Amino acid sequence: MDNVNITINGVAVSVKKGTTILEACKKININIPTLCYHPDQELKGNCRVCVVEVEGQPRLQPSCCTPVTQGMVIKTNSKRVREARKAIVELILAAHNCNCLTCIRNNNCELQNISRELGIDSVRFDNVEEILPLDNSNPSIVRDGSKCIKCGRCVEVCSKVQGVGAIYNINRSHDMRIAPAYEEGLNNVPCVYCGQCINVCPVGAIYEKNDINNVWKVLDDKSKHVVVQVAPAVRVSIGEEFGFDAGSIVTGKIVSLLKRIGFDRVFDTNFTADLTIIEEGNELLHRIKNGGKLPMMTSCSPGWIRYVEYFYPELLENVSTCKSPQQMFGALAKSYYAEKYKINPENIVVVSIMPCTAKKAECIRDEMNDSGYQDVDFVLTTRELVRMVHQSGININKIEEKDFDDPFGITTGAAAIFGATGGVMEAALRTVYEIVTGNELKNINLTTVRGIDGIKEAEIPVGDLNVKVAVANGLNNAKIILDMINEGKADYHFIEIMACPGGCIGGGGQPIPGNIEVKKQRMDGIYNVDKSKLIRKSHKNPAIIKLYEEYLGEPLGHKSHKLLHTHYAKRELYEV
Amino acid sequence: MNCLKNDIESIIEKIGNTPDKLIEILIEVQRQSEENYISKDALKIISKELKISLSKAYGVASFYSMLSTKKRGRYVIQICNSAPCYMNGGKQVKKYFEDILGITVGEMTDDGLFSLEFTGCIGTCDKAPAVKINDKVYGNLNKEKVEALVDSIRKEEEVCDFSF
Repeated sequence: MDNVNITINGVAVSVKKGTTILEACKKININIPTLCYHPDQELKGNCRVCVVEVEGQPRLQPSCCTPVTQGMVIKTNSKRVREARKAIVELILAAHNCNCLTCIRNNNCELQNISRELGIDSVRFDNVEEILPLDNSNPSIVRDGSKCIKCGRCVEVCSKVQGVGAIYNINRSHDMRIAPAYEEGLNNVPCVYCGQCINVCPVGAIYEKNDINNVWKVLDDKSKHVVVQVAPAVRVSIGEEFGFDAGSIVTGKIVSLLKRIGFDRVFDTNFTADLTIIEEGNELLHRIKNGGKLPMMTSCSPGWIRYVEYFYPELLENVSTCKSPQQMFGALAKSYYAEKYKINPENIVVVSIMPCTAKKAECIRDEMNDSGYQDVDFVLTTRELVRMVHQSGININKIEEKDFDDPFGITTGAAAIFGATGGVMEAALRTVYEIVTGNELKNINLTTVRGIDGIKEAEIPVGDLNVKVAVANGLNNAKIILDMINEGKADYHFIEIMACPGGCIGGGGQPIPGNIEVKKQRMDGIYNVDKSKLIRKSHKNPAIIKLYEEYLGEPLGHKSHKLLHTHYAKRELYEV
Repeated sequence: MNCLKNDIESIIEKIGNTPDKLIEILIEVQRQSEENYISKDALKIISKELKISLSKAYGVASFYSMLSTKKRGRYVIQICNSAPCYMNGGKQVKKYFEDILGITVGEMTDDGLFSLEFTGCIGTCDKAPAVKINDKVYGNLNKEKVEALVDSIRKEEEVCDFSF
């Protein structure tokens, strides 16, 4: 491998050819401030905060996008560099809404950190902050242009990673800002509400719609019976906000603190993930046996559902009719649970803790009322639950661990892995194999569909049939598979699609930062939950078996159809 | 609407329907529009045909000063505000136009004949201060020349206007 020798602040360093100055500095533990740079994204060189001095070059160079060359002499901490960085950040601050104390990203803001690190104690320039209207036109995402530093990370994730392109740079020069076409609200453009833009925003310019106060209000209302469900991916990520390593499993602590906060019952979305597997597995077999539309695609991810409704409506019949676990839970909470425990469903409030911003929009879809009420009332993201914990003053580090409540408390390892890309597929195959063959699946770890890769494929022999499957995460990867289907080049039986890169562990409602390294750790956590479970196949879940005996009857039966299945509708991209 | 759709589709057919043709198509669509701009409906059709997001198409259309996403007059007067024109009295030229037309920069006259806007350098620094009116450049401007220019356009339009 070709190496080049360079000098950084008088220290001789040898690095691989093609390394950027920023990476080379990292190697010898020199921290260079960055704003537009993101480890998972392309190099932009927009913000100029990372400038360094390179001997022989008249201008300062942006270290994030300047590759090293043989003999390069670099200074990262000269007076000239320090002054330039300060001036750059001061210029950004002059156009920034600096109400940090009331900002959602207070204490977790890259601009705030840089201002502190560079020792900025005043801003020499006139304040030219623009008072732009807040875009809170939709149920999931709020955009605050007055906080935007125009780094371009959200545009990249929206266009290139998700293939959606709801926002872009508009206008030019001083008037440039990031917005949807014609500065419409996100509700008027094909935004899928995945929230990936939130995860990459270095400041508080994009965030989830706040539902915390709605939840406090129902908790304070003694006439309400408030139940809460916790999604699979939340238990391996929320710990990060309280000093645990990414991937630490804090399930018992979450249950405990939700009870202390005042929820009447704390349930596990994993229960309805198991239920989803039963219904979806049977739907797949039904489609295969009866010449139904194939490949069948999963339907758990509401960002994906909005995407297919907008961009590939011709493939809507390929999408499983199963509701997502969140919505199955809501429908059962206000029917089965209400009947079993003799609680008037009118007084039941269902709250979800989700790694997802699109879930906020999913729960208010018109068709999600099959219990006779809005099945799920409020959705909080992982980050919002963190804020609620802070508000409640509970010390999560010291709190005792508790188990989820019955009847939605017993869950399997198959449900746990719903939170990672490939997990729904693996869980479904564990069950489908045993239903079809009647034999026990010996090696239940289907490692070919695991991991962070954007697209994964596998062929699994199930009795006489070789089941061909594909798994995609990130909507631009989904697009590749969808185009293959449209061109008749995809002979898969079953496709799992999750809107967010990495699956729900990388969801738009998860703790920030959530870069690839963090996601891998969360993923390990998910598979550790699976490993720790005595039962690792959904159809072996005794509580699920009981639910069918007591209430639902059979998979795809009459009651299932009413409560657990749904339909989708084409959305017009741009009406002309 | 159908008429518009057909016009734009034939422009795209002529130029090509790949994303790299976006600017060429935007220029041609604007040229053929009577109001010197790219309408929202037109941009939607272009975005659909070229398979690029509407936000990106709008981003490009709103970036270049020669393109407009807002209705403009039949004669678009673009005053150069780059340094050489500015130094040579561009600011006064702007005022002459504003006075004679009764509008400020960014506006359109009520009769839809003129709009007034700024542009970046139009490459005629030797004739500064200069303006561009539709496709033609006029340089070395002073008050008299500005008045004569506006007068001549108005007269020409009267001759052509048989609407009374």
